[in-house]
Amino acid sequence: MIRSALVVLLPIVLLAASGCAQERPRFTLAWSIYVGWMPWEFADATGILDRWAERYGIEIDVVQVNDYIESINQYTAGQFDAVTATNMDILSIAAASGVDTTALIVGDYSNGNDVVMLRDAQELAAIEGRRVHLVELSVSHYLLAQALESVGLSERDVTLVNTADADMVGAWAGGGVPAMVTWNPMANEILAAADAHAVFDSSMTPGEILDLTLVRTEILEANPDLGRALVGAWYETIALMMDVQRSDEVLSHMAAASGTDLAGYQRQLETTRLFESAAVAVDFVRSDAPRTTMERVAEFSFEHDLLGSGASGPGFVGIEFADGSVWGNENNVKLRFTDRFMNMAVEDAL
Amino acid sequence: MRRLINIRPSRGVAQVLIILPFLLLLLSYNVASTARLAENPQDRLLPSFAAMADAMGGLAFEADSRSGDYLLWVDTGASLLRLAAGVAAGAGVALLLGLLSGLLPVVRASLSPLLAAVAMVPPLAMLPILFIVVGMDETAKIVLIAIGIGPVIARELEGRIREIPIEELIKAQTLGAGTWLILWRVVLPQLLPRLVDAIRLSLGTAWLFLIAAEAIAATEGLGYRIFLVRRYLAMDVILPYVAWITLLAWLTDFALRRLNARLFPWLGLERGEGEQR
Repeated sequence: MIRSALVVLLPIVLLAASGCAQERPRFTLAWSIYVGWMPWEFADATGILDRWAERYGIEIDVVQVNDYIESINQYTAGQFDAVTATNMDILSIAAASGVDTTALIVGDYSNGNDVVMLRDAQELAAIEGRRVHLVELSVSHYLLAQALESVGLSERDVTLVNTADADMVGAWAGGGVPAMVTWNPMANEILAAADAHAVFDSSMTPGEILDLTLVRTEILEANPDLGRALVGAWYETIALMMDVQRSDEVLSHMAAASGTDLAGYQRQLETTRLFESAAVAVDFVRSDAPRTTMERVAEFSFEHDLLGSGASGPGFVGIEFADGSVWGNENNVKLRFTDRFMNMAVEDAL
Repeated sequence: MRRLINIRPSRGVAQVLIILPFLLLLLSYNVASTARLAENPQDRLLPSFAAMADAMGGLAFEADSRSGDYLLWVDTGASLLRLAAGVAAGAGVALLLGLLSGLLPVVRASLSPLLAAVAMVPPLAMLPILFIVVGMDETAKIVLIAIGIGPVIARELEGRIREIPIEELIKAQTLGAGTWLILWRVVLPQLLPRLVDAIRLSLGTAWLFLIAAEAIAATEGLGYRIFLVRRYLAMDVILPYVAWITLLAWLTDFALRRLNARLFPWLGLERGEGEQR
């Protein structure tokens, strides 16, 4: 009697259970190793993100992708719902490909993390005529453009050599590199050499290279809980990083996860203007800074054909800002800055 | 009932059958691409044939706004030059080592196991080491290709030499030939067509090395362009470039086969290649 009851009930219970499990919306966040995005690894590994997701009845999978550009490509292709990226790359890759994206969290900006280095020369002007090794069309290229502009030079005055970021340190050590633009931690390693001199870095153009956590707009609109969970987990992690008593432990974890040690990670943090609280981030997003930056980034992207062959001008991709204003093509808004969710963290409304 | 093994397509049917799979592939791509573009007109993942033609037309026939070069031809020229130099260097060294190793037992005893070991090192795993040791300029790329295909060709040639009937070598010796004369007049002429064949077969690996090297550090080249535009998902450049590389590879393969047939027709006869199943 009991056995037959079990035979009948068990499948029904299992089906119901699996049905319940399937009802929970699942989302995926892709990240790659970079000082500004290590909080996601921490939030995932320590269960902070799971707790926040649980609170809203959703599930968030965090996936580490080895290749930064590949993570954005996969996001653009539809494999991920959310991704960590810089403002420039998300514009040129995802937004220009028609994937409407919202910058959920503005985490930090590069404040010296991207560096222009010369061999045996201390002045930026000496870069003229040199072969510059960098990852072409990346933020390094953008930084170089700013640097050249600051000394009245242009890209025609140098020769760009596209070099993979993984080979930067090896390339410099090989000896044949007269100039290089790259980011930390490679930059720090190279600058340890006696003949390497930093002549320009992103702290001279602060607020330009923004590190963002982005979500597909349609998914965010349909599932605002995803935004709440992500923002809640992010600022809880940031608070831990800032907490004097726990920061060493937290930073050591992040250091290990990014392949360095505590001192190395702290050095990287020094050249990153991490927004230490939601309030600071909201202030930044509401200011003119994102607009000024995105205008320049869009122009750079257009000049280098990053917006695609169909782009008629820098404003081809419309960009919406926190106050609702749009720069560029209003009929083609594909990148949106918002303070909506970060504000919830400020008002403790999560 | 005719057995399947005996059914031979007629000439016309055979030609259609050759084209059919390619047509089907192109058709399915077109269907997928149209579907994606209908959903999102700015999609870059599966560009339409028109978009690809546009992009390639721009690269081939319009001067680049910043450098004034016709990018497709500059890339092709640079890549083919590196490939030729690398293959020539690799094949040259391989010929030397293979000859000596195949003919002289003293050399074979020491060199053959070394060549076997080096040939088994996965080429792309060697890449970072080579970059650090040799640097990142043109020489490095050429050396990369040479090291990638050299050992394999050397081993192949060594094997071929050992296939030469011992009677030939003895005959030459009875006629008074010394070691170097045998090498020059008996072995080398027989080896050359097989060298061309070995080069032909290792071209795939050479292309692989070339593209990998260009992806890591370059200022122009087919591999360089592919990895550069990959940064912003320009599949309308990548897909045609890959097709172009395939075409170039096929053309070089074809050219080498014809070269062999013209310069060394006796090889084909020897193998009885005139017959076809």
